[in-house]
Amino acid sequence: MTVATHPSMSDVPALDVRGLSVEFPTRKGVLTALSEVSLTIQRGEIVGVVGESGAGKSMTGMSVLGLLEPPGRISAGEIRIGGKRTDNLGESEMAHIRGRMVGAIFQDPLTSLNPLFSIGQQLIETIRLHSDRNRAEAKAHAIDLLKQVGIPGADERIDHYPHQFSGGMRQRVVIALALAGNPQLIIADEPTTALDVSIQAQITALLRELCREHGTGVMLVTHDMGVIAETADRVAVMYAGRVIEVGPVDEVLSRPKHPYTRGLMGSIPALGARVERLAQIDGAMPRLNAIPSGCAFNPRCLDAGPRCRQVRPAMVAEGKGAAEGGVACLVYDGGVQ
Amino acid sequence: MRSAANALEVDQLSRVFDVSAPWLTRMIDRKPKRYLRAVQDVTFVVERGKCLALVGESGCGKSTVARLVTGLYRPSEGAIVFGPSSDGRPMEAQMIFQDPHASLNPRWRVGDIIAEPIREFGLREGNDAINGRVAELLRTVGLSADDTKRFPHEFSGGQRQRISIARALASEPEFLVCDEPTSALDVSVQAQILNLMRKLQDELGLTYLFISHNLAVVRHMADRIAVMYLGRIVESGETEALFANPQHPYTQLLLQTIPDVTSPNRDRQMMGGEPPSPLDPPKGCAFHPRCPVASEICRSVAPDVRQRQGGGSIACHMAPID
Ligand SMILES: Nc1ncnc2c1ncn2[C@@H]1O[C@H](COP(=O)(O)OP(=O)(O)OP(=O)(O)O)[C@@H](O)[C@H]1O
Ligand SMILES: Nc1ncnc2c1ncn2[C@@H]1O[C@H](COP(=O)(O)OP(=O)(O)O)[C@@H](O)[C@H]1O
Ligand code: SF4
Ligand code: SF4
Ligand SMILES: [Mg+2]
Ligand SMILES: [Mg+2]
Repeated sequence: MTVATHPSMSDVPALDVRGLSVEFPTRKGVLTALSEVSLTIQRGEIVGVVGESGAGKSMTGMSVLGLLEPPGRISAGEIRIGGKRTDNLGESEMAHIRGRMVGAIFQDPLTSLNPLFSIGQQLIETIRLHSDRNRAEAKAHAIDLLKQVGIPGADERIDHYPHQFSGGMRQRVVIALALAGNPQLIIADEPTTALDVSIQAQITALLRELCREHGTGVMLVTHDMGVIAETADRVAVMYAGRVIEVGPVDEVLSRPKHPYTRGLMGSIPALGARVERLAQIDGAMPRLNAIPSGCAFNPRCLDAGPRCRQVRPAMVAEGKGAAEGGVACLVYDGGVQ
Repeated sequence: MRSAANALEVDQLSRVFDVSAPWLTRMIDRKPKRYLRAVQDVTFVVERGKCLALVGESGCGKSTVARLVTGLYRPSEGAIVFGPSSDGRPMEAQMIFQDPHASLNPRWRVGDIIAEPIREFGLREGNDAINGRVAELLRTVGLSADDTKRFPHEFSGGQRQRISIARALASEPEFLVCDEPTSALDVSVQAQILNLMRKLQDELGLTYLFISHNLAVVRHMADRIAVMYLGRIVESGETEALFANPQHPYTQLLLQTIPDVTSPNRDRQMMGGEPPSPLDPPKGCAFHPRCPVASEICRSVAPDVRQRQGGGSIACHMAPID
């Protein structure tokens, strides 16, 4: 695996997704869950993925992890992790990639931990699977990882079982486990949603710190805009299976371009000040089997014009390219009339 | 009732749960009975037409207070007194839950779900009047009269929460207890529901006991806030005053740790430690193992709740006396 460590390859992005589409064949026809999603994540960079429930955030993460549930399938596009193409790999090859090149952190830490084994056994196994350390070296590294994620008394706690830890502690252990294979990329899907507010900040700060240190790219999937604002470098906003705006976090959050992003930002109650009425996007996101023609957002959009019902807006790139920054709205691409 | 301006007065409310292992297991293992104090000595008032919010971390006792107030649990100690409603009888509280999916009967049509309390309390005579009232309630919460024939699963999460609100309003309550009403919803849908709740409060003069762990939501909704930690209210006060000048170290830490979109802090100080187990609460002030300013007395003596000028309260040895 020289691809990952070769110094001249360090500008190869941790993740490069191009034109990814995912379909679910059903009895009533084929549902398109993801449509032409493009996204890059550099090493050491944290990219937030936000959007309403059902927008396709988790689906994007699962595609990258090679964990799409059948009959879901990738129907177009390419996925590269650390320069290596992975969307066309079989399950056994993908199992090898998971852990070594891409780690995962999910909302419920218990889905990532085996209740029957001590956390030490699980960490040591993962470390040995992905490196040539012997048992004693692997154990020393496991203890070191537990210390890095802030587990007090790591040399003793290593023999404890998942149920003996609190929710916040378990999520720390999962982060240690995700880092154990020294991957280039971590997919973190709602990693703090199940945790208490005071613990959320601990976990996101930890994730940020460790990924900087290890040079790991992170896809941070969350619906919490505050977490994104404080953790991510760039953010991608999804709506009805598409990325509709992507860019540096302070740009997108303080000067959102897409009408949906603008509505979303206005609908968040702010800590700083109380308003009489929150901005509100009327209606709801369409179901996959009823996505409107043209721009999927047009029935709810205050800026919509006749063209929005006919033309599907493409991502208009800004800066380095569509996967780095851009917006998919006709206002910025020939107008709505 | 100390004041007719109050819709609800709660005095020294406590609730203890018996969480012992079964009798036989206890005898074999020689273990004593175990009790969990979910709520302890909680005192607050909710003024008529106002919104009091209870905030705090998971397990601190917010939902238990809500269930005590709505009569779903009996208090172990203390008093819950509702003020008179506009027709002179004591107010009754209706409850809105976090998960609109679980609180709506999936086999009933929406029309029947909303009509049930109207029939049960005999609030309208005859089917026409009842159907008219159901249609009116659906419009009030931003749904359409045609929705009566559909089943709950045919609606989105936000729409189901609107149905729960319509059902709660059907019995014409003046007091609503809302336990995390938007926590299961997306931010854009949350905004729709919060706007609706504010509008209903203005139009119908409702009083709210509003429970949330989201301080930004609470700030948007509440006139007053009570912060809970491990079963007790540690600080309470007017919303703006509490946000501007939190006195209790726990409130200060909570306000410091929440990520904010409008003024993100990327070098946020982390709050040390985790909430302790309510089964085995720390001695003295329950917050002392995490408190940055704890001193010797905090480890042995639980602080009293002191009333503050301007109607707030505080329970901390170190807080200045005013
Ligand atoms: N019926 C019960 N039997 C035993 N213990 C209970 C019962 N109901 C609640 N508890 C315990 O009482 C404490 C307070 O619970 P409560 O549900 O009020 O917390 P909460 O503040 O609403 O938390 P959350 O934010 O997670 O909803 C918890 O430790 C809980 O486990
Ligand atoms: N197994 C499946 N079969 C059909 N559709 C699915 C399946 N899993 C997810 N979907 C749909 O794909 C879309 C994206 O889902 P998801 O990525 O989980 O959303 P998010 O994480 O943004 O909330 C949703 O409309 C969801 O209903
Ligand atoms: S393309 Fe048209 S409908 Fe879509 S977001 Fe832009 S203005 Fe609105
Ligand atoms: S009483 Fe002591 S431990 Fe408790 S909050 Fe105040 S200073 Fe901290
Ligand atoms: Mg998801
Ligand atoms: Mg609760």
